[in-house]
Amino acid sequence: MVTKTVDFSARAVEALHNARLRGSFRDAMDDLIRKRLDHFRDETLFRELSGEGAAIRARALSRLPELLEQLERKLVSNGITVHWAEDAAQANETVLKIIRAHDSRRVIKGKSMVTEEIGLNDFLETRNVEVLESDLGEYILQLLDERPSHIVMPAIHKTKAQIAELFARKFPEIPYTEDVDTLTATARRVLRDAFRSTRIGISGVNFMVAETGTLCLVENEGNGRMCTTIPDVHIAVTGIEKVVEKLADVPPLLALLTRSATGQPITTYFNMISSPRREGEKDGPKEVHLVLVDNGRSDIFANPDFQETLRCIRCGACINHCPVYTRIGGHSYGTTYPGPIGTVFAPLQDGLKERGELLSASTLCNACTEVCPVRIPLAGLINRLRAEYAAPRGNVKDAGSGRSWKEAMAWKLWSAVYARPRLYQRLLNWGLKHRDRLPRELAPWSDSRAMPVIAEKSLHQLVREKSEADQ
Amino acid sequence: MREKPTQVLLFGSCLIDVLYPQAGMDAIALLEREGIEVVFPQAQTCCGQPAFNAGYRDEARKVARVQLDCLQGDAPVVVPSASCAAMMKHHYVELFRDQPEAEAAAQLAARIVEFTEFLVDVLRIRLQDQGPDIRVAVHSSCSARREMNVAVQIESLLEQLAQVELVHQDHKAECCGFGGTFAVKQAEISAAMVADKTAALLRCEIDRYITQDCGCMMNIDGALASQQAPLRGTHIATFLMERTGGNEDS
Amino acid sequence: MSTARENILARLRAAETQAPTFDAEPQPPPEWGMREKRLRFIERMEAVRAEVIETSADDLATVLASWLASREVRSLLHDPGSRWAEMLHQAIADGAELPELIAFNREIELWKRSLFDNVDAALTTTLGGIAETGSLMLWPSADEPRSMSLVPPIHIAVLEEKQLYATFAEALEQQQWAEAMPSNALLISGPSKSADIERTLAYGVHGPKELLVLLLRDEDEEAS
Ligand code: SF4
Repeated sequence: MVTKTVDFSARAVEALHNARLRGSFRDAMDDLIRKRLDHFRDETLFRELSGEGAAIRARALSRLPELLEQLERKLVSNGITVHWAEDAAQANETVLKIIRAHDSRRVIKGKSMVTEEIGLNDFLETRNVEVLESDLGEYILQLLDERPSHIVMPAIHKTKAQIAELFARKFPEIPYTEDVDTLTATARRVLRDAFRSTRIGISGVNFMVAETGTLCLVENEGNGRMCTTIPDVHIAVTGIEKVVEKLADVPPLLALLTRSATGQPITTYFNMISSPRREGEKDGPKEVHLVLVDNGRSDIFANPDFQETLRCIRCGACINHCPVYTRIGGHSYGTTYPGPIGTVFAPLQDGLKERGELLSASTLCNACTEVCPVRIPLAGLINRLRAEYAAPRGNVKDAGSGRSWKEAMAWKLWSAVYARPRLYQRLLNWGLKHRDRLPRELAPWSDSRAMPVIAEKSLHQLVREKSEADQ
Repeated sequence: MREKPTQVLLFGSCLIDVLYPQAGMDAIALLEREGIEVVFPQAQTCCGQPAFNAGYRDEARKVARVQLDCLQGDAPVVVPSASCAAMMKHHYVELFRDQPEAEAAAQLAARIVEFTEFLVDVLRIRLQDQGPDIRVAVHSSCSARREMNVAVQIESLLEQLAQVELVHQDHKAECCGFGGTFAVKQAEISAAMVADKTAALLRCEIDRYITQDCGCMMNIDGALASQQAPLRGTHIATFLMERTGGNEDS
Repeated sequence: MSTARENILARLRAAETQAPTFDAEPQPPPEWGMREKRLRFIERMEAVRAEVIETSADDLATVLASWLASREVRSLLHDPGSRWAEMLHQAIADGAELPELIAFNREIELWKRSLFDNVDAALTTTLGGIAETGSLMLWPSADEPRSMSLVPPIHIAVLEEKQLYATFAEALEQQQWAEAMPSNALLISGPSKSADIERTLAYGVHGPKELLVLLLRDEDEEAS
């Protein structure tokens, strides 16, 4: 599903050298940043709103097990079937079982990052179930056999020309065009046929309301509504952390989500599903299933150092504002969630051995932390994870796996010097005296920068001389 | 804290010590000119940030302890380097969590004041520009901007200077790509970031860029030098001394 | 299956949770008068390319007829039991030129193809509107099924001005949604759209390409 991170740096470098890709990510992120800012120019207002968002999510997490039970009770009494899955394999099997129970060989999907995370599409395809993505971006990627590079705008790395060329290849009956309206109309036609004839729809969920047993979906296209309205069966797949206490918690989160994600005051559709088709109703799925996926979340929950990661509402703002993401794009990360949230989530979920390398891809500049609508201290968490990576403290899977003998020695030496003021000064003075003999080049620093110029005298010396002169 | 003290401690930072000592001296001179007694504890070394950000917390703690020791007292600790200020003000608490020094760390954190913040918010300094016309931009470090929240202060100081024209580079708030070990471990990404930063500064056609953080300056100046561009950065303390006639000999 | 449930819940229960430490005062709803709410609603709706026509209950049929004619709509899905249906039928009886009126009178399975291919537009009621975001609130029902606002290329919604709320939060509270949620509740803010191809906005990607709001002005407004 997701590529291993071993080659993160190699992929990042490759992406860096792709000028077109870099330019288009930059433009896209700048645009999203501007649109978001239009709503949050007033910093005090943003502080208030994000405080409210964080409080709602924190309150929900503080009662997570009971809320999940309440949610389940409500959903069941509303007629929705609830399934629990401890990991990706269980989740996939659960979905497959529902599909098989309806003798179906085809599903149509709305956007869902959790199904991306558990690799549902590949799993179903190998079991002879055809999967059709219906979000326009996801649909394009599926035709290309590619993965999303952004959690909100999956096909953001593709140009109009590339998509035009793809459509011309896949739909030879339609003349080549780069006109977005025409391309969109083509997709509409193909996908409408599919919505009409497919019996099982799969979607993600943005929020689940324990109080009323309601599943909320946020979208612009209407494919989410199609997937949850037209087929006979709707299967919603989501993470256990998405629950909130009550309906009144929804409006502030919704406002934060859409403004942070795309700079919209609201999306075109906000779809709240509380039950399957009821007696007498003439449409809507006859069955609704919710698959609650753990897949490492309960372990993150049990780790007090990282629990707040689960407040995330997947708005993508941290990604849009990340100067590293902007330059290397989403695919370099090799994770379901790229950017800062992925840099925290992936090592916690998959372990540091597999994902630890990602931790170096941050300057800890806090651009992410600043915009997170639920106040997750992303840079602080990346820093904490680096500590877990370097030292076997044991709270995170594979803690200590990033410790290299060389690096550890270097820091030991460093601290041996800097923790001894006199030794430090003696070495410093020696260095200053021999500053002409210090190396002129030290890769990789000097590959793109001149070496800094060592001063003649240290501040320590200058201050000493000054106070002697003053006396 | 916001009352004007008679005495402060100065924490110079390891980079200023070895690369930009004049910035430290200028900070001291400016403070003294405002009637503040400045104490520079000779036992200071480094705040510990490099190891802390690399994940080597035990090593960082060892070094940080030395600063806890030599910066004792009640006087404010002025730091002419925003990222070190942020380390001591915000991250010591985490670094010494569950340690015997937790309380001492919190006590020190509460006394940390970044240099421009001290000039503007505590001293309410008034500056008289005595220099010729000059065009500058400001690069506030990420720590200054997002951890210490002092990106406004440095600009308000420059705005007091009549002959200084302040221009704004694009993507001004974006990181310069230094990030400590990031510059080594992700050298190519770092190089791309600093290349964008220098390009934005060069497009401004400025005489100088001003900053309150020497880590960024080392990075940006290094890139400028290797591109053979004439532009260089100046630490805010040095720039202010220069403009207000207090630095004849430099 | 149930072991997964037990295992997950057990792990969650065993964990220490952190008490929320954020001081959060919910934002009070803005105090907008009727005019302000109306203007904001219209502005937001138009910003997302929905069309809003201000009219009155009396003129509804005429206004609708001429709008539909300009779009060459040949068939209009509607709820024959609604208050507006009566007016439309009356208008037709009076000689107004309206498209063929269709009712959603059987389960979707029985006429999916024709619903998808032959219905040009649908007319629905709303539960109200939200001024802040320019949103319509819909509670689809047996008489006005969910797909009416989704499948036909044009969606026309009737909104009474006095049902305008400042914010979603205010509407939820005053209409007491939490008491009993319908099988499906919707906020609709404009026609279906996508920006997935090079961030260029395209309309009607899956749902309606056009959204028309018939905003019925409140005649008592001046008095109140
Ligand atoms: S962590 Fe990132 S994606 Fe999650 S809520 Fe915060 S900004 Fe949004």
